Amino acid sequence: MAGVYNKKYPVVKHEETAPGQRLLCLDAPEIALGSAPGQFLHVRCSEGRDPLLRRPISIHFAEREGGRVCILYRVAGRGTSLLARVAPGDHVDVLGPLGRGYTLPSAGERVAVVGGGIGAAPLFFLLAEMRKYYGRYLDRVSVFLGAHTLEALPGAALIREMGYHLDIATDDGSGGFKGTVADLFREASGNRTFDRVYACGPPPMLRVLAAAVGPGPAVEVSVEERMGCGVGACLSCACRVRSAGGAVEYAHVCRDGPVFNLKDLVL
Amino acid sequence: MNLGVDIGGIKMKNPVATASGTFGYGREYAGFVDLNRLGAVVVKGTTLLPRPGNPTPRIAETPAGILNSIGLENPGVEAVIERHLPYLARFDVPVIVNIAGDRVEDYVGLAARLDGQPGVAGLEVNISCPNVEKGGLAFGSDPDSAAEVIREVRAATRLPVIAKLSPNVTSIAAVAESVAMAGADAVSLINTLLGMVIDVNARRPLLANVMGGLSGPAVRPVAVRAVWQVFRAVKIPLIGMGGIMCAEDALQFIMAGASAVAVGTASFVNPRAALDVLEGIEAYMRDNNIGDIKDLIGIAHA
Repeated sequence: MAGVYNKKYPVVKHEETAPGQRLLCLDAPEIALGSAPGQFLHVRCSEGRDPLLRRPISIHFAEREGGRVCILYRVAGRGTSLLARVAPGDHVDVLGPLGRGYTLPSAGERVAVVGGGIGAAPLFFLLAEMRKYYGRYLDRVSVFLGAHTLEALPGAALIREMGYHLDIATDDGSGGFKGTVADLFREASGNRTFDRVYACGPPPMLRVLAAAVGPGPAVEVSVEERMGCGVGACLSCACRVRSAGGAVEYAHVCRDGPVFNLKDLVL
Repeated sequence: MNLGVDIGGIKMKNPVATASGTFGYGREYAGFVDLNRLGAVVVKGTTLLPRPGNPTPRIAETPAGILNSIGLENPGVEAVIERHLPYLARFDVPVIVNIAGDRVEDYVGLAARLDGQPGVAGLEVNISCPNVEKGGLAFGSDPDSAAEVIREVRAATRLPVIAKLSPNVTSIAAVAESVAMAGADAVSLINTLLGMVIDVNARRPLLANVMGGLSGPAVRPVAVRAVWQVFRAVKIPLIGMGGIMCAEDALQFIMAGASAVAVGTASFVNPRAALDVLEGIEAYMRDNNIGDIKDLIGIAHA
């Protein structure tokens, strides 16, 4: 597998960005250089045998020049609790970059970027790349982010600093639209047309989104599934897709995704 | 230092193989592992016709282990012959194809079809998969039906025949004796242990298929015990597997009586695990002045 690395990389930054959310940056020049938005790292949370498996975590952003790659994760279980303890100077065993990422937009396309909660993490890398290669069309990009509360919303300031128009949704109404980001997007798409939509979030959000976008735009979504090896060997992370011939079959999130065309997914 | 072993006619340059279902068709790990250095590659369970596999979730993490219910997802024997075996044939490594079926005739058809395929060094007969409704474990849990499958496969191919045994039985030694009598050239042990996990928030089984097969370090003592018992029961060579993460784990199997070992779940955690195990065995032999790996096989029985 060309361009996939498995090494222990030094931690250069590790901090809490919101309650229960942490940003981990590694000095990993070859990964920073070789990764694309939407790809993920398979992270070993501890040296021990329990918990055993790596954790797939999407790349939050990569600084190609600085050689740094960062992940934004939620401390949710035993693995991420152990990962939360690593400190700058420690090393983290990473396998990556893995998977297929997002396709950048074509010139002039009207773009929507839609993310819910911690699932929005990979969209920052996408927005940074779009700013670099799609900069003159930034006014054609609308970003929609949602979270339970304003406090849990990742990186709104950063997105505005990058020069994007951002609309936010919170479940509790503590900021922006009161409701889910999929509902916010549905309202917005009433008076705006998009050629391309990028999204990331749990299946219920994707279902609402699928209903809201209609048949027009190309929609790329990042999918989550319980994963084993990360390289297409164990076949654990199956998800249902519609093949070219129309039959429903299994694809594998680690190898065929995690980014899929929404029209191919059987949600 | 001699690391070579002969598994029922399969000449392995060292005793470290990859376990079926954990190493894809080799190419998934070729960026991390020089396949030429492996003792053997055992490919994913192959059926006559393509199988889509089970619904998700298919995997759950358990204490020091994993529970899986993939359900033998594979593209079928014709696609394996067309797409995967030619790739593996480019390497200097024996390829063992794991075969699985619902009926005895399926196994026979697979054995006949794979006989003479370039690069195929042997067949591992999966009579122990816990994740399919028919076949699999249904054959392997009874000494007589296990023997029937092996006898028919033996008659259908010139390739070495390895019976892969299940630990989900009262006496694994009895099943081993039965398949040895039926003509098996070797046995692989163990397949996964049947288990389950309940999601207490959903109040439902976590795996979509309810039950799955347990693997990883959690099962290793069970597997070492099985190798020990079967070594005493049969004369044919054994391939030991179950939770091998490092060379010390592998040496336990060899000392219990395994002529070769297979690294499985460990590859998910460390893609280079099989080579790390091999290098660790070499270091152990060097440190202890062991000139031939055969001097360690079954030594714990002495």
